Formats: sequence, structure tokens, C-alpha cells
Amino acid sequence: MIDVLIIGSGGAGLTAALNAKKEGAKVLVVSKTYPTHSQTCQAQGGINAVLKETENDSIQKYIEDTYKASHKLGNKEYINYFCSNSENTISWLDSIGVPFSKNIKDNISQRKFGGTKAKRTCYSSDYTGLKILHTLYDQCLKENIEFYNEYQLLNLIIENNKAIGITALDIETSQVKQIKAKTIILATGGYAGLYYGFTTNSYSSTGDGIASALNAGAKISNMEFMQFHPTALENKNILISESARGEGGYLVDNQGNRFIDELKPRDEVARAIYKKYEEGEKVYLDLRHLGLDKINEAMPQERRLVQEFMQLKMEKDLIPINPSAHYSMGGIITDIEAKSSIENLYACGECSQSGIHGANRLGGNSLLEIVTFGKIAGENAAKKAKKVKIIENTDSEQFLIDKNYIEGIFTKDSEIDFYKRKKELGKLLFKNVGLFREEKSMKNSLEKILEWKKELNLIGLNDKSKIFNKNLTDLIEYKNMIELAHTILISALNRQESRGAHFRIDFKDELENYDKNSILFLENDSIHIKLEEIQ
Amino acid sequence: MKIKIKRFDLEKNPHQKTEEFKVTHNETILDSLIEIKTQQDNTLTYRCGCRTGVCGSCAIKVNGVEKLACKTQLNENDLIEAINNSKVLRDLVVDLSHEEKFLKNSKTYLKKQSNEKVTSKDVKLIDVQSNCILCQNCFSSCPVYEVNKEFLGPYALTRALRYVNDKKEANTLDIINSIQDNGVWDCTLCGNCTLVCPQFIDPKTDIMNLRMKSVQAGFEDKSFAQFNQGFDSGFDSGFDTGFNPSGGFNPNGF
Ligand SMILES: Cc1cc2nc3c(=O)[nH]c(=O)nc-3n(C[C@H](O)[C@H](O)[C@H](O)COP(=O)(O)OP(=O)(O)OC[C@H]3O[C@@H](n4cnc5c(N)ncnc54)[C@H](O)[C@@H]3O)c2cc1C
Ligand code: SF4
Ligand code: SF4
Ligand code: FES
Repeated sequence: MIDVLIIGSGGAGLTAALNAKKEGAKVLVVSKTYPTHSQTCQAQGGINAVLKETENDSIQKYIEDTYKASHKLGNKEYINYFCSNSENTISWLDSIGVPFSKNIKDNISQRKFGGTKAKRTCYSSDYTGLKILHTLYDQCLKENIEFYNEYQLLNLIIENNKAIGITALDIETSQVKQIKAKTIILATGGYAGLYYGFTTNSYSSTGDGIASALNAGAKISNMEFMQFHPTALENKNILISESARGEGGYLVDNQGNRFIDELKPRDEVARAIYKKYEEGEKVYLDLRHLGLDKINEAMPQERRLVQEFMQLKMEKDLIPINPSAHYSMGGIITDIEAKSSIENLYACGECSQSGIHGANRLGGNSLLEIVTFGKIAGENAAKKAKKVKIIENTDSEQFLIDKNYIEGIFTKDSEIDFYKRKKELGKLLFKNVGLFREEKSMKNSLEKILEWKKELNLIGLNDKSKIFNKNLTDLIEYKNMIELAHTILISALNRQESRGAHFRIDFKDELENYDKNSILFLENDSIHIKLEEIQ
Repeated sequence: MKIKIKRFDLEKNPHQKTEEFKVTHNETILDSLIEIKTQQDNTLTYRCGCRTGVCGSCAIKVNGVEKLACKTQLNENDLIEAINNSKVLRDLVVDLSHEEKFLKNSKTYLKKQSNEKVTSKDVKLIDVQSNCILCQNCFSSCPVYEVNKEFLGPYALTRALRYVNDKKEANTLDIINSIQDNGVWDCTLCGNCTLVCPQFIDPKTDIMNLRMKSVQAGFEDKSFAQFNQGFDSGFDSGFDTGFNPSGGFNPNGF
């Protein structure tokens, strides 16, 4: 019997796995990709922490910066824990082998990110996520943690309001499997991938875990808050990390003039850039004054990306950039123990709304989040599992439904080209629920989404092979994307104010009566929304 | 532009067959594959994730040479196929289950933390190796797998060196011990892995370093014995491994 079942093998899932195992639990990690294929590998810039309190920085300042960025939607108690514990979190990563870059005094190097006053971001050159993810994976192999790779979560199995397992598609064979467990942790990553064609995210960041939690009756929260990164390579949406600006890079317009303080919070910088675009201007990242040596030392990967994808050289050329959907602040609402609103169901990482980022996330805070809360989720799920009785491995109703569905879909031809829809969805979200939002276009978009939602059952497969059927996995993802697009629109329409990443041109001010979390939940098959006080 | 893709679906046909497609997207090969899958043929199957060369999921062969689809520009008439040395599951997707085994067998993880102070210089010593994305390009290019499926191979050995050279590791002997059999001495030093690594890692040199460290640690230098063995099996068993110990192996036509 599995004690702790973890869905997702990014930084959050692997940290949870290691910590659950440490508590003596029998752990299984189920993931639709291989661990090292997870999006966490893409994080370049770094991970925040106050390593030592000095006159320049303190835990208190870190708490204040994080809370300020959250625009009053962060939970003070959770942020307090998150920041106070940051040094421990980095020490743990260091102790398992993450090769952090060191400064001349041989301490872990830190760089400055936007929205903060101090150099607080630890890094491993500009491969921070890659090195953290691979180190965690190495440790999981050492601990003999069991993996089911390329298994796609379909649904949670819920009985008497408790999570008792999942159904998943074995991608290699197209078989539906039921996996029961005493406790379950969702660590399936974010949903910025919904902005298909306008995102820095991996193709696999489609919010599946959040959709399945919603469908299982869990509360999800703050779906309207989508962070746009100011600097992605133009039309390619490949990220150039904030470290480029942190190291002293400029943003310039057609005339070569700087037009904004580059180290302002992401939402402000991204909006300023988007405005330029709307005025028919272009915006460039200018790093030429930093010199080749500095560039090579601090951002070798980014230099390579610019060279490979734009055929430009950072030390000589201006680099055209545009804002791109980057990080999703919303997700499954969790408490300080990483518990969701369903018993025995936990969530951590980007799929959770853990009360840290609120309306805006500071760069470097999500890597810290996945490790901090990955640990909490792993430990608590393992402790809880000790109190849960063994669950019978009889076929659940959910399993039978999903099995029938998947078998049925192989006989169904498609009346709708959902690949085309997916592209349209990305464009629609970026345009109408992007950096600037207003009621009319969002209402139109909502109608469109509802139309597409109705059409879902007209979609079948053109690929009928049972072996590694990516047409099928793409379809399942598309369904989740439509479900979540619906929740984004409802939430963005409901919040008639501007706050952090959510900017409404028809309600430009931040309003006190919205100092609340958006909460969405399913009741009688329809999605409901309410605003809840921050605890 | 035209692109040729070697297709495979066991359900339909036990043999690979090459198909030709016309694409308008001619930026990266991954863009072309996506265009084909989403607009022309929903059955085309490949892996991809980050599209920026860091997740390592999109390794393929282009005209016989290992590449990352997301970082490689398409040229007219390019032939795209799955990487070598692994069972093709479908089209460009191969079985990757060996990865866990190789890494576990080479004990590539921090086992026992030392108390030594790690300096910035120490970190630089393992910087390149720890940039490995486990894309499998080197694995695919390696001729040794054709004769020895148990060979730990380039990425596992590079990763072994990453931990052997890590000042934080107090028990490097354990790793060195685990890479003696089917490990450092089985490599033919052909250098293919080095040529195809998208992260500019040099597994061949890493393996030579590990050999040196092995000898220093008191292990027997088996390179000469291995050389003879490779030579013998190549002839005695009567099948051509493509390996010519005096001429150097060159499957990709570099
Ligand atoms: C380009 C880029 C740069 C970034 N840079 C930074 C940075 O410098 N600093 C920082 O703090 N943050 C950064 N971030 C954000 C940060 O990387 C992510 O928030 C974080 O890695 C998320 O980790 P995770 O473990 O929650 O999810 P992920 O790493 O996305 O992992 C999700 C896992 O869930 C699995 N999964 C998903 N759906 C299913 C399903 N249906 N069934 C089974 N498994 C499933 C996936 O296969 C994957 O294994 C960056 C993000 C991007 C895209
Ligand atoms: S060593 Fe290079 S080629 Fe081999 S897996 Fe690592 S990154 Fe890929
Ligand atoms: S150098 Fe060694 S490891 Fe690399 S491809 Fe050749 S035989 Fe394989
Ligand atoms: S898609 Fe990630 S390396 Fe190519």
C-alpha cells in the first residue's frame, strides 16, 4: 500500500518525495514527464533567501518585500515562515549537493532581483532550476524512490470527501490505471501554458492538477493573477531571466531611451513594455555596457539562447523582447501544512496557492516556494498517512468512468480541430485576459470559452494507435486548459479593481473591499466564485 | 521546405518507414514537427517540453547526427529519426528506462557530506558537468552500447565525475568503485559523445579523468586488456560492431 502518492516530478514533487521518504513513508511519484523534463529545469535566475542578516538585508525586509509584492493578498503568517526559514531551505539544498555559485569570500553568491532592495537571490550561474532539479533527482535515486514516468493524471478518486487515490493514463500503452494511496500530494505545476504561443512555460504546464482538484471538489483560488515576464525574446517567448536586469541591463525603446526603472516589480515593467508595443514601438534589452566577461560569468545560458534563437550577441547587439505569460499565482488553496480543502489531499509548488505570492510574485520566490512547501507537504502527508487505514484496492467508480471514457474516445472521430482551438485559446487569453483587461472583451471571451466547453464532447482522436498516443494526452490537456480558462475569466471579471498582475483599464484602482482571495469551487456541476477574507 | 521523418508504430507496421512532409515553418525542427502534428498528421509522435534546450526531452537524429529538435534549424530535405541504442516506442519517442539504471549503478549522487569548505574555484570545477540535461544524445552516439547494454556510458560517467570532483562528497571512493565494471574501461575514447553534446560537455575527457582517478585510487588500468578484448570480440563473434580499434569509429560520418 502506498502511503504518499505524489503527482508531478518537478522541484516541488521531488522535494516532497524525499521528505516523505525521510518520514518513513512508502512513496510513489507519478508524472506525465520524466523528472528532469519538468519545467523546473527552466528556472535560470535564482532562488531567494536571507542568508545572513546584515545592515543591507534582514528577514524582516524580505517579509516586507514579499508582502508588498502580494498587494495585501499574502498571508502574513505564511510569508513570515517562508522567509524566516529561507536560510534553512538553502542550506538543505546546499547539503544535498546543489552547486551554488560562490562569491570571492566563498559564500553563496547573491544577486539583485526586481521589487527588492537587497541582493537576495542565490543562484547556480543561470542554470539554477536545472541544477536544483537534477540534484533532487539524484537524491531520489539514492533513496530508491519509485517513479511511474509518463503517466498522466486523469482524476482524483474521492470517497466520503476524502482523497483515496487517482486514475491515470499510462501514456505508453493508453491504459487507464487506478492507484490508491493513503495521502496524495499534487505537485503538477502552473497554468501559464494556457497562454499558448505567448508563454515562457513548458508545453506541459497546462494546469492539469488544478483542474482535477477543482473537479474533485477542492477549492481553488486567485486564478486571475497571471504574471507576465517583461523580457522574453521577441516572438519566441523564450525567457531572458530577470538577472539580466539585476546585473545592470537596460530596457530601451526605438530611440535608445530608457523609459522605466528596470528593477520595478514585474507587473509594472511588463505593462510599460506592452504599452510601447501598442504604440507601435519596440523594446530592447541593452546589455552591451556590461561587457563580455560579466555576461559570460553571470548569464552564459542566456547569452547562448540569444545567439541560438535570435542570431544576436548580447555584448554587441540590442535584443528585441516582449512580455510573456510566465507564472501563475493562482491554484489549489493550501494552508501552512500544505493541506488542500479535501482531506488527505495536499498540494505544493506552482499548482498551489499557498498564500505567499498574492497578486504578484517576486522573482526567485517560486523556487524557494517549491522547496519550502515541497518539504512541508512531504512531511505532513507522510505523518498523516500513518493515521489513515489501509484502503481497499477495489475498482472505484471513477476508475470505471475514466476507463470507459478512454476506451470510447478511441472509437470517436473528431469533429473539431482542437489543436487549432488551443492556438486560438492562447491568443484570446493573451489579448483579453493579459496585461490589460476590461469587461467587454472578457465577457466576449467567456462566451467563447463556454462555447468551446460545450463542444468538448465532439472532440475525438485522429490517432487511433494505443502506443504512446500524444494525440490523446494533448486532448486531455486541452480539456483541462478550457476548464481553467473558464476559471481565469470568471475570476478576472469578478475582481473589479486593479491589483498586482491583474490590471483592469475599467477599474484602475486597488480597492479595499477586494483585499480578499478569490475562491472557486464546483457545486452541482457548475463553478461558483466568492471572495474570502485573508486569514 | 521538405522534411523526411522516419516513422514507426508497432501496431501498424513492425518496420520503420520514411515519410516526407512539406512545412512552412522552417525555424527549428521542433517547430516543424509541431506544424506537422497539429496541421497535417495528428499521429506524428515526439517528445518536447521547454523548447529552449534545457529539458533534454527532444533529442533526435538529424541526418544521422544527434541534436535537440528545439535548438536545430531545419534545412531542406533533412532526415529526422529517433535516437539510437534504445527501443523505439513510436516515431521519434524511445524508451528511456535505462536512465535510472545507469545513474543508480554509477552512484551519481552525494552520499556523505564532507566538512570541507567549498570555494568558488571548487564550484567551477563541476560547473560544466552539472549542466548535463540528460538528453541522451551522447548515449545514442556511443558505439559501445551496440555490444554492451550494461555500459554505464557517457552521461552517467560524466555525472560520476561531477560527484567525484565535488568537494562536498566525502566518499568518492565508493563512486570510483562502482564505475570499474562496464564503466570507465569499456569506453573506446572515440569522442562521439563529446561531438554531440548540446551542453558542450566533454564526456570523453571526463572518462579519461575518471580513469586517472581510478588508477590513483589503486584500481587496475584495464584499458589495454579491454582494447584486446574489443578487438577479439569484433572478429570472433563474426558480427560487425562498426568499431575499428585502429581506425576510430565514425557512425555519424563526421
Ligand atoms: C523560463 C522560466 C524561468 C524561471 N525562472 C525562475 C527563477 O529564476 N526563479 C524562480 O524562483 N522561479 C523561476 N521560474 C518559476 C519556477 O521555475 C516554477 O514556478 C517552478 O519550477 C515550478 O515547479 P513545480 O515543481 O511546481 O512544477 P513543474 O516543475 O512545472 O513540474 C510539474 C510536474 O508535474 C507533472 N505533471 C503535470 N501535469 C501532470 C499530469 N496530468 N499527470 C502527471 N503529472 C503531471 C509534470 O510532468 C512535472 O513533472 C521560472 C519559470 C520559467 C518557465
Ligand atoms: S552529457 Fe551532454 S549529450 Fe550527454 S546527456 Fe548530458 S547533456 Fe546530453
Ligand atoms: S568516447 Fe567513450 S563514452 Fe563517448 S561515445 Fe565514445 S565510447 Fe562512448
Ligand atoms: S524541448 Fe527541451 S530540450 Fe528541446
